[in-house]
Amino acid sequence: MVLRLPLFLVRQVNEPVSEVLIRGGTVVDSTGTKRADVLISGRRVSAVEEGILPPKGVLVLEADGCIVSPGLVDLHAHLREPGMEEAESIETATRQAALGGYTAVVAMPNTNPPIDSAAVVREVREIAKHAMAEVVPAGAITHARAGERLAPMAEMAKLGVTMFTDDGDPLQDPQLMRLALEYSVGLGVTIAQHCEDRFLANGGLVHEGAWSSKLGLPGVPSVAEETMVSRDILLAKVTGGRLHLLHLSTAGSIDLLVKAKKEGVTVSAEVTPHHISLTDASLVGYDPVFKVNPPLRDRRDVVALHQGLSSSVIDAIATDHAPHPPESKEVPFDQAAWGMIGLQTALAVALTVMGKKELPHVKDAAIDPSSFRSPGSSTGAGGDLVISSNVIGGQSVSPTRGAQIQVASPEQQLSFPELLSLMSWKPARIARLFPRHGGPVERGAWANLCVIDPYAKWTVEANDLASKSRNTPFNGMELMGKVRHTLFMGDPVVIDGIAQR
Amino acid sequence: MSDPFLHNLLSIEDLGEEGIAKVIALADVFAEVNKRAIPKVPALRGKTVALAFFEDSTRTRLSFETAARRLSADTITLGKTGSSLNKGESIRDTVRTLEAIGADCLVIRHPCAGVPEQVARWTNISVVNAGDGWHEHPTQALIDCYTLVNMRRLGWPEEDVTGNSRTSESLGSQGESPSPREHAPEELPLRGIKIGIVGDIKHSRVARSDSIAFSRLGAQVVLVSTPPLLPTSLSFWPVEVVHDLDSVIGDLDVLYLLRIQTERGGGRVIPTLREYSLLYALNSSRRALLPRHALIMHPGPVNRGVEVSYDLVDAPSSLVLKQVANGVPIRMAVLYMLLAASGGLQLDSDASLSTAMTHVETGEWMAYSEDTEHRSSGSSTPSVSGQAGERAGV
Repeated sequence: MVLRLPLFLVRQVNEPVSEVLIRGGTVVDSTGTKRADVLISGRRVSAVEEGILPPKGVLVLEADGCIVSPGLVDLHAHLREPGMEEAESIETATRQAALGGYTAVVAMPNTNPPIDSAAVVREVREIAKHAMAEVVPAGAITHARAGERLAPMAEMAKLGVTMFTDDGDPLQDPQLMRLALEYSVGLGVTIAQHCEDRFLANGGLVHEGAWSSKLGLPGVPSVAEETMVSRDILLAKVTGGRLHLLHLSTAGSIDLLVKAKKEGVTVSAEVTPHHISLTDASLVGYDPVFKVNPPLRDRRDVVALHQGLSSSVIDAIATDHAPHPPESKEVPFDQAAWGMIGLQTALAVALTVMGKKELPHVKDAAIDPSSFRSPGSSTGAGGDLVISSNVIGGQSVSPTRGAQIQVASPEQQLSFPELLSLMSWKPARIARLFPRHGGPVERGAWANLCVIDPYAKWTVEANDLASKSRNTPFNGMELMGKVRHTLFMGDPVVIDGIAQR
Repeated sequence: MSDPFLHNLLSIEDLGEEGIAKVIALADVFAEVNKRAIPKVPALRGKTVALAFFEDSTRTRLSFETAARRLSADTITLGKTGSSLNKGESIRDTVRTLEAIGADCLVIRHPCAGVPEQVARWTNISVVNAGDGWHEHPTQALIDCYTLVNMRRLGWPEEDVTGNSRTSESLGSQGESPSPREHAPEELPLRGIKIGIVGDIKHSRVARSDSIAFSRLGAQVVLVSTPPLLPTSLSFWPVEVVHDLDSVIGDLDVLYLLRIQTERGGGRVIPTLREYSLLYALNSSRRALLPRHALIMHPGPVNRGVEVSYDLVDAPSSLVLKQVANGVPIRMAVLYMLLAASGGLQLDSDASLSTAMTHVETGEWMAYSEDTEHRSSGSSTPSVSGQAGERAGV
């Protein structure tokens, strides 16, 4: 595979300190898990072995009891720049990305102007030159995202754009979708679809089910998503195009995905942290912070997503980070903007929901594993750590009230390598960023890394997040797992949970 | 419910069955006031009730306004036009403006569900839901409960109250129909009554509030409609569902008709209004299937000739105008509960009810006249001076 390195990698400012040593951690990547220190020289990893002696003048980042992972890759973020800088900017979004462990984010094209031409691709790259993570622009499929005629995809592909989507305004016209998929084959790019049939969605605001019926809010039926998933899988099959399904949310969609993958259709899929953790019961107080598209579904759908993650049929966890200023959320539900922020909370939500409560090799580290144990938690037979159930709530299928994190059942929980694959190397491959991002932590690799303290508990405070916006659905909730350090192309952009610029 | 103090009325679920009984008991007090030559008492003198109606309304707005004035409260009115909302001010800022001006209570109607609940988070003053989208219309449910409880007090359905007596002997032993104040709590006032709510249930906030309230009071509720006009899921609804009106009409004690909500998309669901009438309207041939004692209700506005034929709106068994008339005492009761009792009505005590009763019985709430000033300076009347300190403390 040819690696196209964007120009911004040749940086004029913020030259990284020449050497960094990550000491005492457990390296987890696509090749496996091992205890090792990691030495970074310049932009690349120069050594991965146990007991590296710190060279003179090296910056030492402690990683005792922590996981050292390839940097996370987000396939789906709305950075709001250009055009909506009151909600977010590339600078603030990538600061959150770095704080959340990401070294690359795919920027959705629904900016103003939209990313539907080579000029805007160049502009986004230019703004992102000094960002704290790599910004990977996705192009619009159609001109002005209007769903009427194709955007100049080849021109954008030539600049290295590998993913095209009209996210937010799902491409309705089936003939145009077929055309886009056929055209994409020639360009070797991926077509990503926000699966929603606008006729079936019928102006709905929340998931159609028990809660929409109780609250008197118009519902979006699951079938509005599933119809589109089904249609686009069929079109991907006949065209041979590569299809990526954005933020799947229903049990029926997962069934369709399983079937399509069995048939060998070139399809990949992502789910969001909020769809795997929250249900439509969160809507009980009509807080528009929970208004998101696709809507938060019911408990059965959430369990189906857990199952999809644990069976590997789902390829990635992506944030759908969608900042909105308070004035767009403190309004009647029907007028409120769709979406929630997620870059800084995604990994912790994923770990809290899906993480298997054990860390191989932590016991070998020079720390007492019991110091990680939370009050009220129990230890398994092997001394493994178990997240205490007070974080969790909502294990039952009966309708619960209010926003509670839905934790996956033990048999669906994932090991750290499995979980990190969904947030790093698998999405990196989908976005064609592998191995620059998500690649194995080995000598010679680009130093895009994050260090995760998997058992650190923290409570989300919307005001403390680095976003310009505050629309997190997890405000006040306790999560487990925190990013300690992030290195972006060798530059320690986050040290001990603090953004360095 | 769990909170003994009622500060807001956002959903009928804010009131348990005891709360509903308490409102009804208070409404009795105010119904008596309404019969006086000068139907006005100084109970809320010095209080300001803001009426913010962001959606068209005739009876709800007028009866809230009448209720506030009969309690001597001042009213300020805000509509969807003529306010700064048209200049881009948010509802949040508008509501805070009303609070800053000195409103004590906000009665709000809005086309989007949940707005009263959101507004209640943004303000400290009491909020009353006067209808929010498809969600709820709690004071309408209280009116409908009050209207039916009054019929039971008259002996219905066993006694002839409409010119038609019930032939069936199936009802329980509540022929005495004591007033709710004398009810033992376990005797639910609408036990044994079967109520069919017919028509556009999905888009109806009245259907949501009424099914909860009626079943709380012991009635059996049947929703009668075609699937597209029913909510997708009824897992939170204490009801049964029937699609064919004629299959159930013979068992009903109350036929509660709803208007098809064309402004909320109800009109798209049924091919023609004629077809809606064919399926769900009350006409003379269908009236013949309804038991003779059965009562007809409708929350208004009535589309005569669509959901009910012209004459039947005015038939002796129709409670339509009684429902409208009961709107005033019920809304007086609600405003009194929220504003007169300090910190809201204490639902688990009879304190505010007995205070209100005392006021009436001792003549302390006399007809509003020149000497009201003098009378209301008495210690037990909620007067301006008595409330000033509490308000300052807010």
